[in-house]
Amino acid sequence: MEKFILLAPLAGAVFCGFGYRLVGERAALIVATALVFLSAALSWAIFLTFDGEAQRFPILRFIDSGSLAAGWSILLDRLTAVMLVVVTTVSALVHLYSFGYMHADPRWREGEIYKPRFFAYLSFFTFAMLALVTADNLVQLFFGWEGVGVASYLLIGFYYRKPEANSAAIKAFIVNRIGDFGLALGVFALFFLTDSIQYDVIFASARELADTRIGFLWAEVNAAELTAVLLFVGAMGKSAQLFLHTWLPDAMEGPTPVSALIHAATMVTAGVFLVCRMSPLFEYAPFALSAVAAVGAATAFFAATVGLVQNDIKRVVAYSTCSQLGYMFVAAGVGAYPVAMFHLFTHAFFKALLFLGAGSVIHAMHHEQDMRHYGGLRRSIPWTFWGMMIGTLAITGVGVPLTHFGFAGFLSKDAIIESSFAAGTGVGEFAFWLLVASALMTSFYSWRLMFLTFFGEYRGREGVAAHESPWTMLAPLAVLAVGSVFAGMVWYEEFFGYRALEYFGASLHAAPGNEVIGDAHHVASWVKASPFAAMAAGFALAWLFYIRSPAIPGKLAATHRPLYLFLYNKWYFDEAYEIVFVRPAKCLGRLLWKKGDGAIIDGALNGIAMGAVPFLTRLAGRAQSGTVYQYAFVMVLGLALILAAISVAGGG
Amino acid sequence: MENLLSIVVFTPLIAALIMAAFLRGEDKAAELNVKRLAFVASMATFAASLFILAGFDPDDTGFQFVEEHSWLPGLKYKMGVDGISVLFVLLTTFLMPVTMLACWNVTHRIKEFMIAFLVLETFMVGVFCALDLVLFYLFFEAGLIPMFLIIGIWGGKERIYASFKFFLYTLLGSILMLVAMIYLWLDAGTTDIAELLNHTVRHDDIAFWGWRIAGGVQTMLWLAFFASFAVKLPMWPVHTWLPDAHVQAPTGGSVILAAILLKMGGYGFLRFSLPMFPVASDILAPFVMWLSVVAIIYTSLVAMMQEDMKKLIAYSSVAHMGFVTIGIFAANRQGVDGAIFQMLSHGFISGALFLCVGVIYDRMKSRRIDDYGGLVVRMPAYALVFMIFTLANVGLPGTSGFVGEFLTLAGAFQKSTWIAFFAATGVVLSAAYALWLFRRVVFGDLVKEALGAIGDMERREKWVFAPLVAMVIALGVYPSLVTDIIGPSVQQLVEHVAESPGMTARLSGK
Repeated sequence: MEKFILLAPLAGAVFCGFGYRLVGERAALIVATALVFLSAALSWAIFLTFDGEAQRFPILRFIDSGSLAAGWSILLDRLTAVMLVVVTTVSALVHLYSFGYMHADPRWREGEIYKPRFFAYLSFFTFAMLALVTADNLVQLFFGWEGVGVASYLLIGFYYRKPEANSAAIKAFIVNRIGDFGLALGVFALFFLTDSIQYDVIFASARELADTRIGFLWAEVNAAELTAVLLFVGAMGKSAQLFLHTWLPDAMEGPTPVSALIHAATMVTAGVFLVCRMSPLFEYAPFALSAVAAVGAATAFFAATVGLVQNDIKRVVAYSTCSQLGYMFVAAGVGAYPVAMFHLFTHAFFKALLFLGAGSVIHAMHHEQDMRHYGGLRRSIPWTFWGMMIGTLAITGVGVPLTHFGFAGFLSKDAIIESSFAAGTGVGEFAFWLLVASALMTSFYSWRLMFLTFFGEYRGREGVAAHESPWTMLAPLAVLAVGSVFAGMVWYEEFFGYRALEYFGASLHAAPGNEVIGDAHHVASWVKASPFAAMAAGFALAWLFYIRSPAIPGKLAATHRPLYLFLYNKWYFDEAYEIVFVRPAKCLGRLLWKKGDGAIIDGALNGIAMGAVPFLTRLAGRAQSGTVYQYAFVMVLGLALILAAISVAGGG
Repeated sequence: MENLLSIVVFTPLIAALIMAAFLRGEDKAAELNVKRLAFVASMATFAASLFILAGFDPDDTGFQFVEEHSWLPGLKYKMGVDGISVLFVLLTTFLMPVTMLACWNVTHRIKEFMIAFLVLETFMVGVFCALDLVLFYLFFEAGLIPMFLIIGIWGGKERIYASFKFFLYTLLGSILMLVAMIYLWLDAGTTDIAELLNHTVRHDDIAFWGWRIAGGVQTMLWLAFFASFAVKLPMWPVHTWLPDAHVQAPTGGSVILAAILLKMGGYGFLRFSLPMFPVASDILAPFVMWLSVVAIIYTSLVAMMQEDMKKLIAYSSVAHMGFVTIGIFAANRQGVDGAIFQMLSHGFISGALFLCVGVIYDRMKSRRIDDYGGLVVRMPAYALVFMIFTLANVGLPGTSGFVGEFLTLAGAFQKSTWIAFFAATGVVLSAAYALWLFRRVVFGDLVKEALGAIGDMERREKWVFAPLVAMVIALGVYPSLVTDIIGPSVQQLVEHVAESPGMTARLSGK
């Protein structure tokens, strides 16, 4: 059954990508979708009945070089079970949604077949993501890690005619590769230190690593810290954390179902999964954990500020994703791994809902994505409106303060904020304040999106009649809406109860003394209420700005122009990277080519040739294939020398 | 079948002789006969080589299928394969029919063309089988002659410059290697490679005109062999012949050059430098590794700026060979396993990439990147194939390109974190140049008028790529296909090096 969950999407991808010629386009799409639905059903069966005992299902040998040995296999524990549900559920819904969304896409010409390719990529992505979360060793994890990266690359660049899509795809791949560079070094370091790439061996020696020092580059450093930091660099790339985040907003060039599946619910959470999966190691690396929390908090804050002023509906949701991933890292960074997984779990529902809802709006508006051209859409697309409304209530964290009653985001996000405060460390407090501020901004930009899109007067082009989407698109919205409402309340005890760590069993590790989850329940009431207050303030501000007196935003932008431009241009990260990395690399490349290879190496060679062996140049210039004969001559001469020498010696 | 190796080595040569002696005529039918005979001969060679694979016992780390005859006075004809060399033989025999099929459209002096390739095959397989210094030297150097002819006769406009450059580079290396071989023979009293592997060359420091040379004679010999192998591989900074040679060579020539001829350098390091001069290898390993790191970063950056597709892939080859030398001189199990894997994998990938360029060169007679764009619109099958090999070249897990890079870097990390750190930047840079190339050639909209009628791959071309795709994915998903065969021999090699006289002192002294 476990193998079926993993391999069915792969079979679906291959069948859909190549078999559509035999069975027809529609049948191929249906087969691929059905297989993913089957995977999802089985995943839920496993998730709901799983008893907590880790199981292992080997499939095939993989790399085998001395002690560096690993197989293709499935490790099923609680962490995997949670990820299986998240991945297959969202994937199945996105497959279904794509039937409607990709139907008669105006970006393709008459007769061009694009749907089987799209579904094949989606299914392949699902397979790679499942391979990532079911790995029992670092090499298979790396396979999944890069596999989802390439699926993301292919899907971002799906509209291959569009130059922006191609650039965004390459950017996503390369920025992720920078993260993978760190991850790979981390894997090499762990192999060097423990002589294995199997999780269980590495985890067993994690405590030892904390007492080991290793020479890395110029420094002698703590082995556990080093490996944890290197792995986290990989997580930063995949999860679009600050400094390696620039690819995620651009990734919105891909079709919207892709954004929902890959760039919101699943792939980008792989970094969080990695930190949780490696929790037995991170627990012995306090510095690395602080770095995780600090980077997470900074990202949550940064992305929220940028989200405030974006006009493209998908970019707003993209920055929101970036920001929410920061929340998850904070939870992991303060040692509350189950809480990180809790937010990962609920976020998958409401963020996928928001993205698919945004897709439905875009679909209704004939691929218009600028919110300034929306307005008053709640009447024409009511189902989409209500879906988005639930998603917004969930992400902003609406609920009854000081109780366990509220939308999914209310429970999981507040759990993170409480955990960060409960950690009682400097970085915990730093994260707490940034996260509360981010909660305010989250609420503001989410409601801004709602108000601009669904309220007020219609501001779009004349003659564009918004139309409600077909059932294939609305049904996934409905399912995700149910999850966005209830996922938090239903699984609160498992993920954030006093016995959350027990629920996860051996799959998450808390070192002795890590009581952060228990402490989080005992923080002061003002701490527990603060995210709610921030949320309410954000809502009020958004209402004031976009319903009550819509002139304010324009005036503010005009009076604080530098700040507005700074935020609008995403803190100028792209421009800075262009100047610091891209252009120098190109210049250096050209310089090395023309001057290094051309002037210096070839120049020196020609110099030797002209000076020391001028006759050769002359001969070569004259004879067509003279060099060949000379060469043969030299060789024969050489051979003759050897033969003569050997014969003489042999005879004597 | 005690003469199986000889059969594999000389079948192509015999076919070439038959062709030269009996096939006449210039018409279509004669051309077809030539092509068919060449293809059948190379297929027969491949089939025969499969018997080597079938009969090969990986757990026996000595030489197998050994043949030994006396030849000229004092000289021996000795052949044999072990885990290090056997897969290179297979690589060569596998790629030969593929290449011939890819060259089906060559019309200019097709008979001579095919003869050159068949003779080349004999020499190449010979290099990997030879167990006698003189025999090795003969094959190693003679292989260049047909390659010269292929570039010189069927090459592009500047073929003379390219072959002259190649000649200059190779000349120096060959002479030094020859001198070293003579010394080696005088020192050991034999030219038998199997015996030389157990011969210890003196490694005490010597003074030379006031210079103290660590490792003494071993270092001198090592450097002499290095001169030849480094050019062949090629390593930075003696790589500049390769881009020119590739650009001027016809498609088939590029494929064989990149896929097999370069591997002779790496094979040479494994067969001679590492096991015969272990102390010198250890002394000079940092030197080689740093050259390799420079190669990886330098040539990747240069590759990024290329305007000619073949040049770009040629520079990318130099970068990928950098991983090979790093792995070899890391001198541990993962490093050497990875180096061999990388060489085999690069044989398939770079060969396929040159074939990809060949497909569109045949149609448009241009290798300039700017002349293309949007090919996916009219050539979806081609786009798929090119994409697979681009991703393999980038080292995507699941393709063979990943395994070699991963293992060599894992091996390098144990030796020096600096080396592993800088070499690993190559994985970022390779993504940059490879994907950018693909984007400019294949993606985008098809707006260039000249490309308006370009056709997708035909059946023959698909058959050329099918076996390569299969190998790249099979080795990527199940690398044990290779590591099971090379593993025991590599283990033995690594232990032999670590335990050889002089090494134990060095290793414990550190």
